[in-house]
Amino acid sequence: MTPTLSVTALRKDYGRTTALGGVDLEIGAGELVGLLGPNGAGKSTLVKIACGLVRPSGGSAAVCGAPAGSREARRALGYLAELFRFPGWARAEEVLALHQRLAGSDGGVAERAALLEQVDLLHARDRRVEAMSKGMQQRLGLAQALIGGPRLLLLDEPTSALDPVGRRMVRELLERLREQGVGVLLNSHLLSEVELVCDRVAILVDGQVVAAGRPSELVHAGGVEIETAAGVRRFAQATREQVPELVEGLVRDGERIYGVRLLTSSLEEAYLDAVGDRQEGAA
Amino acid sequence: MSGAVVVAGYALRESVRRRVFAVVLLLTLLFLGLFAFATAKVFESTGDFTVGRDIGTLDATGLVASTMLGLGMFAILFLATVLAVFLTLGAVRGDAERGLLQPLVVRPLGRTSLLLGRFIAAASVCAVYVALVYAATTLIVHQASGRWPDAVVGPGLALMAGSAVIVALALLGSVFLSATANGIVTFMLFGAGLVAGLMQSIADGIGSHSLGQIAHAIAIALPFEALYQAGLHALTADQSGFTGALIQLGPFGSSHAGGPGLNLWALAYVVLALAIAAWGFARRDL
Repeated sequence: MTPTLSVTALRKDYGRTTALGGVDLEIGAGELVGLLGPNGAGKSTLVKIACGLVRPSGGSAAVCGAPAGSREARRALGYLAELFRFPGWARAEEVLALHQRLAGSDGGVAERAALLEQVDLLHARDRRVEAMSKGMQQRLGLAQALIGGPRLLLLDEPTSALDPVGRRMVRELLERLREQGVGVLLNSHLLSEVELVCDRVAILVDGQVVAAGRPSELVHAGGVEIETAAGVRRFAQATREQVPELVEGLVRDGERIYGVRLLTSSLEEAYLDAVGDRQEGAA
Repeated sequence: MSGAVVVAGYALRESVRRRVFAVVLLLTLLFLGLFAFATAKVFESTGDFTVGRDIGTLDATGLVASTMLGLGMFAILFLATVLAVFLTLGAVRGDAERGLLQPLVVRPLGRTSLLLGRFIAAASVCAVYVALVYAATTLIVHQASGRWPDAVVGPGLALMAGSAVIVALALLGSVFLSATANGIVTFMLFGAGLVAGLMQSIADGIGSHSLGQIAHAIAIALPFEALYQAGLHALTADQSGFTGALIQLGPFGSSHAGGPGLNLWALAYVVLALAIAAWGFARRDL
């Protein structure tokens, strides 16, 4: 099956500065991939090349088999930029109607209503953009990105202006899209969010992928905590396999056991490890 | 092409629904009111205008009517330039910096269509604006003097074409310059054109062939000025003798007629400007 996004040895140089130094990445249908990295790592550049806003200096990027930037590629994708704006004079309905015409969508009023409903903006369909809060504009941006039923969705910090309820709405939306077979590239600084929804994660530092895999593969064991009558005992080096022996030993010593917890590092710790290692290496 | 039409429709709606459009309309009405008042006063005070018999016969009403129409043409070109710059100064780089352009460019319409749509919309708005204000000034002068220009439609068309040239230049600038810089450059080009027109009048007055050639070259390099001059000339094309000479030497008259050559050059100029803009836009990272 053709991947929704396929990036091979992708390079982008801005003069002497290398924004991307040979990145490989693939997103399958119905796969949600999180792109993480510090500011200036090249995440937005990668997304912009994928949607044809920026021309690569080398390598290749394809959307659903078509070269990135081509008309066919643009037909297959939806994009929400990190910094975007809709004209203040336009109403929510008008913004979506314009993008329907530009995308060649014949969904009409029904599609617009469904999309506004999905992002919880149906009540504001006749409201001008200039009268909307930043969060509402971001939700309108999401609805805009979904016009025409894209096969690949490129989201650059889609929840940066959203409150917790809005973030949850986005997570649920992404899960529905995954069920519909839409590939999603989620560029976000919110690691907990990425950990919650993404199937795979790629960590980008200085234009290169320094770690990639499932969130569960990136995190590592952090020991075992055992709750006893005397308090919580922590065994930092212990693994899951050692738990029976530890419990047995404590019981033998007369301890009463109330709970056992396996500790793992969070994605945030894995991210900090990956970014820190890289930056220390550079220093 | 259908993408360009969609963008043109969007840009047209944007043009008329932004608050600043209401300001332009209000200022235009104010200008027309002042123009009507000034025209009436000028005709009142020049009713008994005479010159020495030895100079020749002067058609005072024709002279004043032509001068007022020429003044109106100048004001219309200036206002159309303001409108053209306002509609296009940030069309590419400015909109990209504000994040307005990216959601449109990722759609499958193509950057050239987007640029073409913006041009069609801005040129159409300017053309309608010029036509309405030109018609209004012509009627005001006719009401005060009972005279019509020697050519009624031609000068209006020349102004409309001139505004389209300015739109194309401003759109070209928007690809390479920030909105502020583009506005400044476009107004400086407009000013250069005006200076060329004044140089032409001076050259005609003192009979300087070389100064005339320089002024003519600038007017051709900035064809909105040549079109404006052609429009001014067409207003009084049938005036002859002392009155005709006075009008042509004045700041609101011209001795340079247009023609098919100028029209073709202006068309080629617009096409070339848009082609360079499309080339630059296609290579711009957003």
